[in-house]
Amino acid sequence: MTGERLLTRNFDRPDSHTLAAYRQAGGYTAWEKAQAMEPAAIVEEVKISNLRGLGGAGFPTGTKWSFIPRDHTGPVYLVINADEGEPGTFKDRYLLERDPHALIEGMLITARAIRSATAFVYIRGEYVEPWRRFTAAVREAYQAGYLGRGLEVVVHRGAGAYICGEETGLLSSLEGKKGWPKIKPPFPAVKGAFGQPTIVNNVETICHVPHIINRGGAWFAGLGTKTQGGTRIYSVSGRVRRPGIYEAPVSITLRQLIYDLAGGVTGNGRLKAVVPGGSSAAILRADEIDVTMDVDGLRQAGSMAGSAGVIVMDETVSIPEALMVVARFYAHESCGQCTPCREATGWIYKIVTRIVEGRGRKEDLDTILDAARRGAGTTICAFFDGAVGPYLSYIEKFRDEFEALIPR
Amino acid sequence: MPRLTINGREIEVPPGTNLIEAARRAGIEIPHYCYHPGLSIAGQCRLCMVDIDKAPRPTIACNTPAADGMVVWTETDRVRATRQSIMEFHLINHPLDCPVCDQAGECWLQIYYMQHGLYEPRMVDDKVHKPKAVPLGPHVMLDAERCILCSRCVRFCDEITGTGELGIFHRGDHSEIGLFPGRELDNRYSGNVVDICPVGALTDRDFRFQVRVWYLDTATSVCPGCARGCNIEVHVNRRRPHHAEGRRVARLKPRYNAEVNRWWICDEGRYGYGFVDAPDRLLTPLRRQGAEQVPIGWDEAIAAVAAALREPAGGAAVIASPRMANEDLMAVRRLAEAAGIRQVGFRVPPARPGDEDDLLLRADRNPNTAGAELIGLDGDVGAILADARAGRLRVLWVFGHDLLDSAWPEADVRRALEAVPTLIYTGTNAGATSARAGLVLPAAAWVEREGTFTNFEGRVQRFRAALEPLGEALPEWEIVGRVLQALGAPVAATRAEHWFRELAAAVPAFAGLTYRALGDAGRMVAARAAGPGGGGA
Repeated sequence: MTGERLLTRNFDRPDSHTLAAYRQAGGYTAWEKAQAMEPAAIVEEVKISNLRGLGGAGFPTGTKWSFIPRDHTGPVYLVINADEGEPGTFKDRYLLERDPHALIEGMLITARAIRSATAFVYIRGEYVEPWRRFTAAVREAYQAGYLGRGLEVVVHRGAGAYICGEETGLLSSLEGKKGWPKIKPPFPAVKGAFGQPTIVNNVETICHVPHIINRGGAWFAGLGTKTQGGTRIYSVSGRVRRPGIYEAPVSITLRQLIYDLAGGVTGNGRLKAVVPGGSSAAILRADEIDVTMDVDGLRQAGSMAGSAGVIVMDETVSIPEALMVVARFYAHESCGQCTPCREATGWIYKIVTRIVEGRGRKEDLDTILDAARRGAGTTICAFFDGAVGPYLSYIEKFRDEFEALIPR
Repeated sequence: MPRLTINGREIEVPPGTNLIEAARRAGIEIPHYCYHPGLSIAGQCRLCMVDIDKAPRPTIACNTPAADGMVVWTETDRVRATRQSIMEFHLINHPLDCPVCDQAGECWLQIYYMQHGLYEPRMVDDKVHKPKAVPLGPHVMLDAERCILCSRCVRFCDEITGTGELGIFHRGDHSEIGLFPGRELDNRYSGNVVDICPVGALTDRDFRFQVRVWYLDTATSVCPGCARGCNIEVHVNRRRPHHAEGRRVARLKPRYNAEVNRWWICDEGRYGYGFVDAPDRLLTPLRRQGAEQVPIGWDEAIAAVAAALREPAGGAAVIASPRMANEDLMAVRRLAEAAGIRQVGFRVPPARPGDEDDLLLRADRNPNTAGAELIGLDGDVGAILADARAGRLRVLWVFGHDLLDSAWPEADVRRALEAVPTLIYTGTNAGATSARAGLVLPAAAWVEREGTFTNFEGRVQRFRAALEPLGEALPEWEIVGRVLQALGAPVAATRAEHWFRELAAAVPAFAGLTYRALGDAGRMVAARAAGPGGGGA
């Protein structure tokens, strides 16, 4: 039912991270092909593929690449976002560990498409093994002559802040500054890393590029829905029988993912709720899981595909406690740069905690909803909007559970 | 030039003007904290939201350049609701300690809460606690709990002084302003961070707890600290004299002048007013009787000066000061003409030469060297002292300078002063030179009178009286005017402005200038024949 595996096709080989294994499996043939292609043709192929960013925002990749100003004469940078920090998401970790050359090949092709000679890979600081594997692969690629002939790769390790996974926070951090998101405009494609046009793409997104070049954008588009092509890797965690990563077409439903791939619900066996796209995605009730997992399918369901981190909760899970954990995360990780997010994340965490501890007031729930709604859309980056997803959906969909904790 | 509409008013602005400034030109205030016209755009406070037609939601005005055909609304229901929310967020962790906060009365949290907040507080949980009363440097005190993290102070130290002492540390609602390890906020412009702090987070160690700001009176003025002539406001405490231990000048604040100092002043100028209320102020005319200087009345003092100047035998000389106003110097010029004094100078090399930087501070620490040059008082002071030593001077009138604290050898100066039968001293404060004088005529400090200075670029700028002169002190122009009167030279001037009119009539560089024309921003003198006056007068 899952169809062909693209991103994870080599994962079962114990030596999948090596250049030899990657080549044996047909690696770097897309790069051979791409070198004969005009950059514009590569961009066009990726546009046709309907590849959308798999880091969280779901922006059409080819379109993003075409935002580089045509008249720019200085350097253009490619930045790979490997700061995978969205709670419930662990796909890029596997890609870096098990198929690092797929990312390098994708970077070679992407750099050609956007005329970049320097690529930065920003790897989450806690990802030690992925960093080792990836830097080893970079060394191999230099030795083999893939890198160093038109593309230099700089690997940069993060220092443990969620906000450095936000693309402009990442750029600030990469530049040696505090990882604060930048105000937009200007957007990174116009003025990004070190003031130069920059394309920031997620690891998984770029790993798809060789397949698109090898087999054509139309083929890739055909694997998915009308508005999103290909497959993606779902990180499934929580109360399921077989937690882990699963590659599937984006047209798979949440129900199929939970029951067919991840083996169904544990705990008391009865599903209560699912977070479908990382902690920032709005929660779905058990009766809302017949939804396709593509960007637009989940948007229509009032949630988002996000990073495809699927967190499953059975009926024994307390939603208020789950919200407290999530709210603590956002309060802890808010960068503090702009006011609504800095103040509201801490405030809301305190209120939720008080409710969970049995000291709630009857007006608390409306205060949280109001503060979340009023802060939404007022901030520099999408962090607070990401926090608003759980604030609103957990309370709106499970209000009874919260009210039961508030003394009358 | 982009032409846009704000609240229905059409307005044309220069390209690149942001919506806060564009609205300001249309007479519309958009509330904001982090935006400052002298600093880069931070976009952090999120208070300056406006509605723009075709935009899906309110947008920050500070980071939006005016565009042709843009239609902007600053008072829609949606904008008002957003502002109110942002105010609530700003105050969630604020300690609300206005009763003990120095900023109260000029705090933008208070002002904007009253204008745009007025919500029912909903915060019932414990607030985040942060360091309080942390000295950041010699002049600035931090209360991190009051800070709204607008980053203006950080940007000031990064972008204006380039010294980079400050940063924002930690994350989320634990974020706080602080010093980088091993650093101190001791750059020469550090006081400006207090001015640009919109709340009570950064307060002035010199000013705090002195007097409530609503008891202060204000006068527009010019800093006398160097030849730049930074525009300032003088804040004085006249209404609560029992506060601040009798200190009348509470503080100096920079006043915007695009051509001179923009929004800033240096610390040396800001904290250089201590002499005004110092215990060594000269309060009454004094006359030497033996070893003592005893108080006398003005009439007696003026008569004594006039009598000395009327003596036919022997020479008289005047050492004027580049710290005196143009009006005073014009009066001195008239006196020299009327009394036949041929030797008038003003340049005395300072004991400690000033250094300068490329922001504001000038090596010449005098506010009116250029004026003294233009008025034609640039005689050789060294020659005057040489004449004195040679016994060729009978009367020497020294204004302001402590000649015994100059770059000249003290012994030479002392011999000169001792050789002059009548040494007259006019100044604000006592010093080694005044102590040797036979006659001491107390002068009003610059904040106690009005007048003009001409800065090193030739800009003539007015300063106004903020206070009454201390004791019986008088402005120099009045002292000199009374002497002129006593010498039988009629003086029509009863105000500084009259002397300025005379100056404008007598000195071509000032032709056409009037107090009215100078306004609050000053005016340039007519093109000067010689180059700008050198420092070190």
